[in-house]
Amino acid sequence: MSKVFIALQTNDDTRSIIQAILADNPHAIANEQPAMVKIDAEGSLVVRRSSIEELIGRDFDLQELHINLISLTGHVDETDDELTLSWNT
Amino acid sequence: MDMKVSKKKLGLKEKYQHMTRGLGWETTYQSMDEVFPYAKYEGIKIHDWDKWEDPFRLTMDSYWKYQAEKERKFYAIIDAHAQNNGHLSVTDARYINAVKLFLNGISPLEYMAHRGFAHAGRQFPGVGPRVACLMQSLDEIRHAQTQIHSLSNYNKYYNGFHEYRHMLERVWYLSVPRSFFDDAITAGPFEFMVAIGFSFEYVLTNLLFVPFVSGAAYNGDMGTMTFGFSAQSDEARHMTLGLEVIKFILEQDPDNLPIVQQWIDKWTWRGYRVLTLVGMMMDYMLPKRIMSWKEAWEVYFEENGGALFKDLARYGIRPPKWLDQIEKDKDHISHQAWAVFYNYAAACNFHTWIPTDDEMDWLSQKYPNSFDKYYRPRLEFWREEAKKGNRFYNKTLPMLCQTCQIPMLFTEPGDPTQICYREVDYKDNKYHFCSDGCKEIFEHEPEKYIQSWLPVHQIYQGNCFNEGVDPTAEGFDPLAAVLDYYHLNFGRDNLDFEGSEDQKNFDAWRGMATKNT
Ligand SMILES: [Fe+2]
Ligand SMILES: [Fe+2]
Repeated sequence: MSKVFIALQTNDDTRSIIQAILADNPHAIANEQPAMVKIDAEGSLVVRRSSIEELIGRDFDLQELHINLISLTGHVDETDDELTLSWNT
Repeated sequence: MDMKVSKKKLGLKEKYQHMTRGLGWETTYQSMDEVFPYAKYEGIKIHDWDKWEDPFRLTMDSYWKYQAEKERKFYAIIDAHAQNNGHLSVTDARYINAVKLFLNGISPLEYMAHRGFAHAGRQFPGVGPRVACLMQSLDEIRHAQTQIHSLSNYNKYYNGFHEYRHMLERVWYLSVPRSFFDDAITAGPFEFMVAIGFSFEYVLTNLLFVPFVSGAAYNGDMGTMTFGFSAQSDEARHMTLGLEVIKFILEQDPDNLPIVQQWIDKWTWRGYRVLTLVGMMMDYMLPKRIMSWKEAWEVYFEENGGALFKDLARYGIRPPKWLDQIEKDKDHISHQAWAVFYNYAAACNFHTWIPTDDEMDWLSQKYPNSFDKYYRPRLEFWREEAKKGNRFYNKTLPMLCQTCQIPMLFTEPGDPTQICYREVDYKDNKYHFCSDGCKEIFEHEPEKYIQSWLPVHQIYQGNCFNEGVDPTAEGFDPLAAVLDYYHLNFGRDNLDFEGSEDQKNFDAWRGMATKNT
């Protein structure tokens, strides 16, 4: 299985996002680097709007991710509720 | 940030559908072929532009909203950095030379990327890629401007930042990144997208931005960290566009496969060669090191690129050519490049140095197969010579590769003691290459690459002196004349860091910042 990743800046906005991603993807591993966090996951990774909203206590638009996103890999599929990264192999 | 999320009338997919696809039409006064004259000559066959997918489904209204937020964050930090004398918080003034290289060699490429995506977007008959290219074109001009703004803070205090635009078209080593992008934007729109959108953005850009920018943060440079991450936040979208382009082209027609494969081979190699500069920055120019070039290559190219090409295998795509050589080279290229800049430091707009003992230990730990054996003895020898007053600045000009324009500094794959030379005879001339990759790229398009503006050839032909300079005059000093033409000040912008004006000023100002003198 190939790995996908998402990398986010380390700041107040992303603290809850990272927490939500790790909770929704038990197989994911967070690597902290200076000023950034890289989350690696075998096969696929999902970012769920509802989990983030629960942690931040307000509505969240998944496209807000773009502000603090550093990089990602894998095929992207985004709906109003979820952003999924995956490889086909 | 606490953004207002508006209750949506349309879902993401429908909104994207209406606000991109819904805007296009078939022309009738002029044929579509006349309106989009570059869409077919490269041989790429597209049957249905509506099959184009934009996974982020970003529309212009959301685009402006999020970009505006990024700019607000960026300028808040840049102002704080300037107001707080942020330049004095960097680990060590040698670090500033890495950002000089960035401003001179990389920021102008952001502007070229802006032009390239505007051009490619104009030429695509499909609405989906046109909108995606438009956004990327705007992103790229933002990257150029935010980098220039943020690095202008350094220009107030340090040498070598003063004329990056003038130097880009003249200084010998800057022809490497410049010719890379010139090559891409003079290709057709599909090749440009595979070159920059896919091979550069998807396969290679993480190597430039992620470890280097994180390294800037580690070295206390808030300004560079901020423009780097701000640019990088657009990058996820660019990468996704690059991957989408490949999938779209390959799904449209089986005849597209060999064309695309050849472009992937060419542009991965071209991009990899340019990244030699980044490898050198990571291993030699960041006083506090975050990861070695080799480690970054393994994470971002071998692991991610490996997953990518495994995935693309279903279309018949194989990994780029010359990977076996790249695999061997990763122990060597950063050391070989730094050695060349150390040699040619008299003709550079940044300073060089010999790494400290600590830094050499770090390098030997990161490069157990190569550093102690090949590179440490040479650096120690040069350090001894400099101590004895024999610092040697090379003033003869190196032979350049006709394709990548890098001096012939790379070694034979598998033999780091032997410089690699390749040559081709073409129409009464002999052309020289650094590698099998560069040679083969030339052989595929010789008429393009025989036009290369090679700085060394231009100097020898007398094209790099100011008006009125007479190279036949008694006591003519060619290096001095070339530096004048570059607008490079001898003794200020060039030579070793040790003893430089930058070093003295930084020490004095940092002293003032920490003591009441
Ligand atoms: Fe950019
Ligand atoms: Fe080359």
